[in-house]
Amino acid sequence: MIETIINRLLVSIPVLFGVLFLGFALVQLAPGDPAAVQAGPSATPEIVAKIREEMGLDQPMIVQFGRYIERLAHGDLGRSLISNKAVSSELAAAIVPTLELMFASLIWSIPLGIAMGTLAAVWRGSLIDRAIMAISVAGVSLPIFFICLLLIQFLGVKYPIFPFIGRGGPLWTVDGLRHIALPALSLGLIFIGPVSRMTRSSVLEVLRLDHVRTARAKGLTETQVILRHGLRNALIPVVTLVGLQIGYLLGGAVVTETIFSYPGIGRLAVGAILSADFPLAQGTILVLALGFILVNLIVDILYARLDPRVQKK
Amino acid sequence: MAEPLLSVRDLQVRFRSGGQSLRAVDGVSFDLMPGQTLGIVGESGCGKSVTSLSIMRLLPSPPAMIEGGQVLLQGRDLLKLSEAEMRKLRGGRMGMIFQEPMTSLNPVYTCGDQIIESLRIHSGLKGKDARDRAIELLTLVRLPSPEKRVDDYPHQLSGGQRQRVMIALALANDPAVLIADEPTTALDVTIQSQILDLMRDLQDRTGTAIMLITHDLGVVAETCQQVVVMYAGAVIEKGEVQQIFQDPQHPYTIGLMAAVPRMDTARGRLATIPGAVPPPWQAIPGCRFAGRCPLADDRCRKSPPPLRPITAGHEVACWKAPIEGARA
Repeated sequence: MIETIINRLLVSIPVLFGVLFLGFALVQLAPGDPAAVQAGPSATPEIVAKIREEMGLDQPMIVQFGRYIERLAHGDLGRSLISNKAVSSELAAAIVPTLELMFASLIWSIPLGIAMGTLAAVWRGSLIDRAIMAISVAGVSLPIFFICLLLIQFLGVKYPIFPFIGRGGPLWTVDGLRHIALPALSLGLIFIGPVSRMTRSSVLEVLRLDHVRTARAKGLTETQVILRHGLRNALIPVVTLVGLQIGYLLGGAVVTETIFSYPGIGRLAVGAILSADFPLAQGTILVLALGFILVNLIVDILYARLDPRVQKK
Repeated sequence: MAEPLLSVRDLQVRFRSGGQSLRAVDGVSFDLMPGQTLGIVGESGCGKSVTSLSIMRLLPSPPAMIEGGQVLLQGRDLLKLSEAEMRKLRGGRMGMIFQEPMTSLNPVYTCGDQIIESLRIHSGLKGKDARDRAIELLTLVRLPSPEKRVDDYPHQLSGGQRQRVMIALALANDPAVLIADEPTTALDVTIQSQILDLMRDLQDRTGTAIMLITHDLGVVAETCQQVVVMYAGAVIEKGEVQQIFQDPQHPYTIGLMAAVPRMDTARGRLATIPGAVPPPWQAIPGCRFAGRCPLADDRCRKSPPPLRPITAGHEVACWKAPIEGARA
């Protein structure tokens, strides 16, 4: 097991490197001149050129990237061009709200998605099945920003139950919970669709297998058969899907956080890119890439735990 | 004569699909005596497996419908039991082994866990007691190094070993009846005979009555005392194994016997029975086998022959029986 984890981590290094390089290149391509941003609106072209030279921006991109990696290796993520704060402290401040948002979205949507998918499979073809599948199709096909706007319209404006701007505080405070409700609801809703659909088809497939008949022949109740011998096996592909979906959720978080003015990594990234704040944009890309790699690692570990055939090959 | 342990009386099973109703089992009756092995023989699709699954009440319904008859386990009609009462019997008084050892065990639990699950439900064994009993069962089915194998997952075992685990699972709670649905069909010939030896040996030790479903007459000759021959959903001949093998009376059984390769006769083409089993949606007014029978006449085609005794314990559903010197 530990060997598998170390292997996966080693494989992750080139992936991380690639992501950083692509991110670096894309930020370079984006419009906006960091030197001009740094110098301020009243600076003369000479001053801007001097600053550009100081920042190393006159060097070829590959040299700049090399220097960036070198600084990164020393734990230096640079300073934000806008706020002049260390990028690492900006990231540290934004990462907790984002983790809270992820947690608050997944904690209810994964179990609910799995439960809905299982119910749909068990009552296949019934009205319940059709209703659940209709909900999940809506979840899959509605764009996240639209769901956010609907939620704001109905639960924020028309029936002002939840606030929809900013973060009220840490998750364990009442205000924190109230503020996170709408962003977490919208992110969770797009999650339920794919999870319930995958669970449904996976459970249906597993319930047809021979070992389920063996479980029935043992004298298990139908609920035990479905949970222990159906769902348990059916979760294997669902876990893979959830891992991939969390990747998309990171992307969805960018939109959701922006719409709800929620101070997380996603909004930080959008702000940094829009204001040509290269070091900060690069930092958020690094965090998102690390998050993705971490999620994949967790999925691999879970996968091995769920399917013994993976572990002992 | 002793009371039968399991008695199937006039079992009727139909499948409904797309507005059609197909007969799968039509009036099957037989008795399983305590401590004996009953072989149910017939070609694919003759209703053997449907019969066995009906006894366990494991047929998915819909589409399957048990429309009539009785399945008496020591006098109790299983078809009238509630689902909860039936669950107590499944895996308890009645064990079942399936054809496909490769897929009949759940790949995500260890062999031990799967046996323990059954022990927990029926015998209330827990913890170390259950584990010890599981190891004992794996020893009983002669799985090598059972203390280690108990923690193995099914994919770490061979097909023969998995079938041994299945047998251990079926025997976990000392069943009175063991239903084995083609237990050796998916296995190599050498492993087949090992598994059959094992089943015979276990029967001697535990006294479990076995209902063995197979299309392999060799397996029947080796293991069974009683034989039921099925054709197109109905019993066409039944009797003791010597009667059926030495003096088969139904033209279908005679044909089956002739189709078995033998060591003691000259080599040549094996005999075949011309034609095919009538499809289940086809209504047959007379004998089901008439279309393929060399002896069939008008009476056979018009009225169905009832199952009637020819000699003591030997019954046949054929107007032409007794057929003299039938054995080829």
